[in-house]
Amino acid sequence: MVLVLVEHDGGQVDELSLQALALARDLGEPAALLVGGRQAAAQLGAHGVATAYLAEDERLAAYAPGAWARCVEDAIELIGPSAVVAAGTNRGNEVLAHVAARRDLPFAANVTAIGDDASGLGATRVRWGGSLLEEARLHGPLPLLSVAPHTVAAATVNGGAAPAIESFSPALAPADLVVQVAEHVDAVQAGVSLAEAKVVVSGGRGVGSADGFGMLEELAGLLDAAVGCSRVVTSAGWRPHTDQVGQTGTKVSPDLYIACGISGATQHIAGCKGAKKILAINSDAEAPILNSADYAVIGDLTEIVPAITAELRRARGS
Amino acid sequence: MRILVCVKRVPLTGGKMVLTEDQQALETRHLGFTISPHEECGVEEAVRLVERHGGEVTVLTLGPAEAEEQIRDCLAIGANRGILLQTDGEEWDPQATAAAIVEHAADHDLIVFGNESADAGNFQVGIRVAHALGRPVVTGLKGLSVEEDGRLRCEQEVTGGRDVYLVPLPAVVSVLEGINLPRYPSVPAKLRARQKPVERHTPARPEPRLERLRLVVPAGQGKQAEILGRGPDAAPAVVEVMRELGVA
Repeated sequence: MVLVLVEHDGGQVDELSLQALALARDLGEPAALLVGGRQAAAQLGAHGVATAYLAEDERLAAYAPGAWARCVEDAIELIGPSAVVAAGTNRGNEVLAHVAARRDLPFAANVTAIGDDASGLGATRVRWGGSLLEEARLHGPLPLLSVAPHTVAAATVNGGAAPAIESFSPALAPADLVVQVAEHVDAVQAGVSLAEAKVVVSGGRGVGSADGFGMLEELAGLLDAAVGCSRVVTSAGWRPHTDQVGQTGTKVSPDLYIACGISGATQHIAGCKGAKKILAINSDAEAPILNSADYAVIGDLTEIVPAITAELRRARGS
Repeated sequence: MRILVCVKRVPLTGGKMVLTEDQQALETRHLGFTISPHEECGVEEAVRLVERHGGEVTVLTLGPAEAEEQIRDCLAIGANRGILLQTDGEEWDPQATAAAIVEHAADHDLIVFGNESADAGNFQVGIRVAHALGRPVVTGLKGLSVEEDGRLRCEQEVTGGRDVYLVPLPAVVSVLEGINLPRYPSVPAKLRARQKPVERHTPARPEPRLERLRLVVPAGQGKQAEILGRGPDAAPAVVEVMRELGVA
């Protein structure tokens, strides 16, 4: 039995948890653990879950990593799994790290595949935000794994009936609730969200200045696109960090990513390689970005970007 | 407030990942070194807290002798002293790294980590240190301040806004790039950094429990873009591609 921590929101199972379930099935029969979420649990039969364990306690209403870790630990005691799996989300990684710390167990974060190995459990995991892979081995009585987002496809099974629901009250200690969300502050989303945009127009050092982004914004406006940038740009203070695409910024997955004056450091590619297509506009035909891009235009972006904007307007007859 | 910031020396990878022949490491002969952007922001945040509330910032790293360079960079931002836990250059797994840090962490009110290291990305060393010391830990912070009652106000960016945690000191936190914009050290600050104390220890490396077997460059690195044209004359070809993709 493999214990899988399943995240959910508004009655729906998180897509990344379904991906984690798909990888977990390579290890054995999955049993799900949900913190609350009876409605979400009912959807898990189609993903091979026969039994869903529900941790229920009113003190779990606001997220508390230590309390969630306690739920995982209690479920471990309940079913005695051969491995524990979560999605490689902020919460998935955080909760498994707490369990690992409490039980002094090895934890492999952001795994893309697992393999049999006589001397321990083999796992392939991502380094450098996905720019490099590591083949590793976990030595311990109970391997803990999180699954790297969007590296394993969610998969349904035939004839999966709604799972049996087993609810339990976790043995929460006061120390488990010292770190708990005390307040949520709503933010007003202005414009198109970078993470969800269908097109991203992104600028790097080659844009030259904060003012230089004006032409990128104009093109983005026509395409209903978000404007992004590289780390060089945020470090220079030309754009806020919320616009940064990269390993330490936002990971984007648009249909088209337009990289203007971006050299293509691995730090940046880690954030935009989820794009279906990448178009590079760069003065240097040897820039590394051309090894990650699908299309390229070589030349001065201050001429090329306005020309594309004009061509789009002309083609639309306005 | 006594603050400890933990950082890791990593190569500046540039545009391409090239491995050593034995697949055990990145080929770094032609590369410079740095620390993760998250950690750089951690150092800046610690220095700002001490500028506001008084105290001292210590920077700790576990790494080869050359990692003194990264400690000096942090001292130039404004940290007061350094601790180098010197290794033979072999990477330590997260359990061993946390255990080594714990030996030098107890007498600090606040211990700051980057959310994850730039290279290994194990997402766990700070949490392991916190548990070993019996302290609360909050991760992935984009905002950090001290409340009037002495508690830490910790803010995470989440879908639709921010989650706020209020935790007592002593505590452990991990931060994300964007929590601040780190200063560029001045030349006098860099000179002062050379004079600041760095103590060295050489802990013994335990057997790894998350054992790295080999590194692999993922498929897909090194494709070649189709050149649509040169200069503004390429605009019609670009718009044609946008049409094909259904985004124009």
